[in-house]
Amino acid sequence: MSSELISPLSMTRTCPYAPPAEHRRLREEAPIAKVKLPNGRTTWAVTKHEHIRAILSDPRFSSNRRDPGFPSLSREPPPASDLKKLLLELDPPEHGQARRTVLGEFTVQRTQALGPRIQQIVDQHIDAMLAGPRPVDLVQAFSLPVPSLVICELLGVPYADHEFFQTRSGTLVNQKSTAEEVARATGELMMYLGKLVAAKAQEPTDDLLGRQIAKQRETGEVDFGDLVAMAFLLLIAGHETTANMISLSTLVLLQQPEKLAALRQDPAKTLAAVEELLRYFTIAEQALGRVAREDVELGGVQIRAGEGVLLLANTGNRDPQVFENADELDLDRGSRNHLAFGFGPHQCLGQNLARLELQIVIDTLFRRIPELRSAVPVDELSFKTDATVYGIREFPVTW
Amino acid sequence: MRVLVDENKCCGAGQCVMIAPRVFDQRDDGIVILLDESPPKELHPAVREAACVCPGAAIVLEE
Ligand code: HEM
Ligand code: SF4
Repeated sequence: MSSELISPLSMTRTCPYAPPAEHRRLREEAPIAKVKLPNGRTTWAVTKHEHIRAILSDPRFSSNRRDPGFPSLSREPPPASDLKKLLLELDPPEHGQARRTVLGEFTVQRTQALGPRIQQIVDQHIDAMLAGPRPVDLVQAFSLPVPSLVICELLGVPYADHEFFQTRSGTLVNQKSTAEEVARATGELMMYLGKLVAAKAQEPTDDLLGRQIAKQRETGEVDFGDLVAMAFLLLIAGHETTANMISLSTLVLLQQPEKLAALRQDPAKTLAAVEELLRYFTIAEQALGRVAREDVELGGVQIRAGEGVLLLANTGNRDPQVFENADELDLDRGSRNHLAFGFGPHQCLGQNLARLELQIVIDTLFRRIPELRSAVPVDELSFKTDATVYGIREFPVTW
Repeated sequence: MRVLVDENKCCGAGQCVMIAPRVFDQRDDGIVILLDESPPKELHPAVREAACVCPGAAIVLEE
């Protein structure tokens, strides 16, 4: 295929609630298509649910984000590869081994034990909003700090350091931060996490890092670098994702008051609603890429070793072969057969934590601030169309 | 219905435990435990859903 024939893939949306219309056309006409990304690189775009599931469970595709074939949407070249590989980037058999060392921290039971503390964090932030001026930016006052504090809780960051942790992680997710600011905040967080791990090695605590240290001691030396990398990954994987889902879910529920009213009448429905909101927004599709390790034939096309595949899960999650009225937000749908957390061995490790956070947020926010509304016309809101994780930049609300 | 689980394929995100807690549980290390290998009929839809969404294809049903 000559490069002139490869059509460009736009990531521009016309509706904030739907993937680009062009992606749907691809799903209907060329579900595995070679495309040119806005940064000039070529990759395969995969838009059908069944193909995305197949690729994400196929060990012939690698998660190595530093491979030159990996479909990156950013303009910059991939980051320098002297950093230790994160769980997210590993392939079998290393991936399974690494994942199994932390899996126990994310069981359904252990996650649910965090419920009361999450409720407290959510309530404190609503108290502060209610006591403060109106309008207020929901993103800064609520959506971002809540998941960041939940990660503090998970890692066992002492209360006195929360502010330090919050401001640095805030810089990482702020699109207005300059490259230097991001580099400095990353450095400071890494240093901080290094000290935190060292302190916990001195004085063991009963939290994720403390238990990991104890476990590593049983089998040998404590690997500080490993624990710092894990802590950092949990922060980058669990902070902005959850925050964006909080803002987007709040917005869409405020815009569809009959659906919100039905939810408020019966909180038992919230968990199913969260599942549907996850499907409906599929905010992390740009993080779902792979690179072929060998030639693979799939859906009538030949993917060559070294070529990248971009799994457009937002469009895959609206595949009419899997979901009826797929473009509709149906809070009673209750289907978990979606790809918002990915699929296969890398499927989101923090998924049950994210579900629990969203469930508590949705139940609490609208109960405690029943008059909550957007303070600006919705068409004035600015959406993160060009970011790896979709969301709202700023969301002024009042009540 | 007979349910089989393959611990080696389990990636432990606990979807099955959320969907069918009377049939699936997790060990402390996150790997699936099968509580009931021939669950009663009323649980079959939930068990089928768990098998369908299991990200590791670790749940196999013989019906
Ligand atoms: C609504 C919020 C979230 C969404 C939409 C989301 C989405 C995803 C997706 C799509 C992947 C798969 C990436 C791939 O296959 O390449 C993933 C992996 C991961 N997520 Fe999440 N995530 C969320 C929240 C969280 C939270 C709260 C945590 C932890 C505190 C977390 C930790 C992780 C980790 C550690 C991985 C890598 C797992 C592995 O490679 O084995 N995520 N997430
Ligand atoms: S759904 Fe599958 S991978 Fe997840 S815990 Fe159950 S058996 Fe394991």
